[in-house]
Amino acid sequence: MSELLNTPERLTPDTFLRGLWQENPVFTMLLGMCPVLAVTGTTLNALAMGLATTFVLVGSSLLVSLLRHWIPKQVRIASYIVIIATFVTLVDYAIQAISLELYAALGAFIQLIVVNCVILGRAEAYASKQRLHTTFVNSLGMGLGFSLALLALGTVREILGQGTLLGVPVLPEGFQPWVIMALPPGGFFVLGSWLLVFNWLGPRRARRDLVASGATIHVR
Amino acid sequence: MSAEPLTLIFLQAAIVNNFVLAMFLGICPFLGVSAKKRMAWNMGLATLFVMLVGSLSAYGINWLLTALGLEFLRLICYIAVIASAVQLVEMFIKKTSPGLFRSLGIFLPLITTNCAILGVALFQTAREYDLIQSLVYAGGAGVGFMLALLLMAGLRERLALARLPEVSQGAALTLMLAGLLSLAFMGFAGLGSSHG
Repeated sequence: MSELLNTPERLTPDTFLRGLWQENPVFTMLLGMCPVLAVTGTTLNALAMGLATTFVLVGSSLLVSLLRHWIPKQVRIASYIVIIATFVTLVDYAIQAISLELYAALGAFIQLIVVNCVILGRAEAYASKQRLHTTFVNSLGMGLGFSLALLALGTVREILGQGTLLGVPVLPEGFQPWVIMALPPGGFFVLGSWLLVFNWLGPRRARRDLVASGATIHVR
Repeated sequence: MSAEPLTLIFLQAAIVNNFVLAMFLGICPFLGVSAKKRMAWNMGLATLFVMLVGSLSAYGINWLLTALGLEFLRLICYIAVIASAVQLVEMFIKKTSPGLFRSLGIFLPLITTNCAILGVALFQTAREYDLIQSLVYAGGAGVGFMLALLLMAGLRERLALARLPEVSQGAALTLMLAGLLSLAFMGFAGLGSSHG
């Protein structure tokens, strides 16, 4: 992965786009799965969780990048975690102030953003080595990629599980909701299905790229 | 102070509200270390131990912070203590069995970011369990985690011998299996009180 380089990266569109698709934290790297499965029962919860995580991700990455010359190597993980926990505490109190209803729906998972490996992973693999502006762009991309994945699950689960989208009915009257989709097993099934779709698309794209680059393909 | 009986707390944490299959905590190690039964067993033991240590220290910290009126520091303190507890376990395992240390690899330090452990600390605080209840709760959660990991490892060892379509290999299949397991665990709902 290019991001493991120690040299500062130049700012390119790829810095941003990588997080959305190519290195999507959920679909390709399988990081931060707990909130992905737990709070995606409805689209609204998924959106709120995605935004909260993006805020923490961008905030902590910026601070880590800013302090990267002062944090001693030996205690870096502990320092990152304290920085992340600070931002999570901010978000926790902010959501509590904005909407108690939302706070109750997300439950402990707001505080559990601390242990979301996407964030610690960004701090360690990217923010600790890169300059401020590339870090900002990259972590924003990652955060939005994470939110996108949450939304992908949330919409499917809400439509199938309740027949609504953001609380508005979208399916015809006679639709019998698949209650199972709103319950825990539904989370596993929907994410599994998304991964199946990407597994199916992945090799096709790789083969097409190969053809485009002029390589010959041996048909089995 | 909640007055739930201890057996109920244990059963609820281990089976009814299984941390992995019903509450989605600790999914990363659940997907990552469940390929072999032996490794699953070791990981389960290590996690159970850290959970007990974490629960004990979280109880102490909460008492101290409440006495000082500094509740907003709770999250930061919890995570710092859990990180040091993991470090302790890591050094202990490295000293006593280097083989196990190597086989657990990266997943040992990653127990720090296992949300199940922070989850135990946060939930026991939210439900105002006393010391004994907290420890029983942590034990139940650890046993439940181990149970889920072992079940998954057993299934995956069988599947390794099966012929599968290329598309369904890897994480997608594991998630489908997890869904089925979760479906099975839903059958326990109703055992004990439903909240939480």
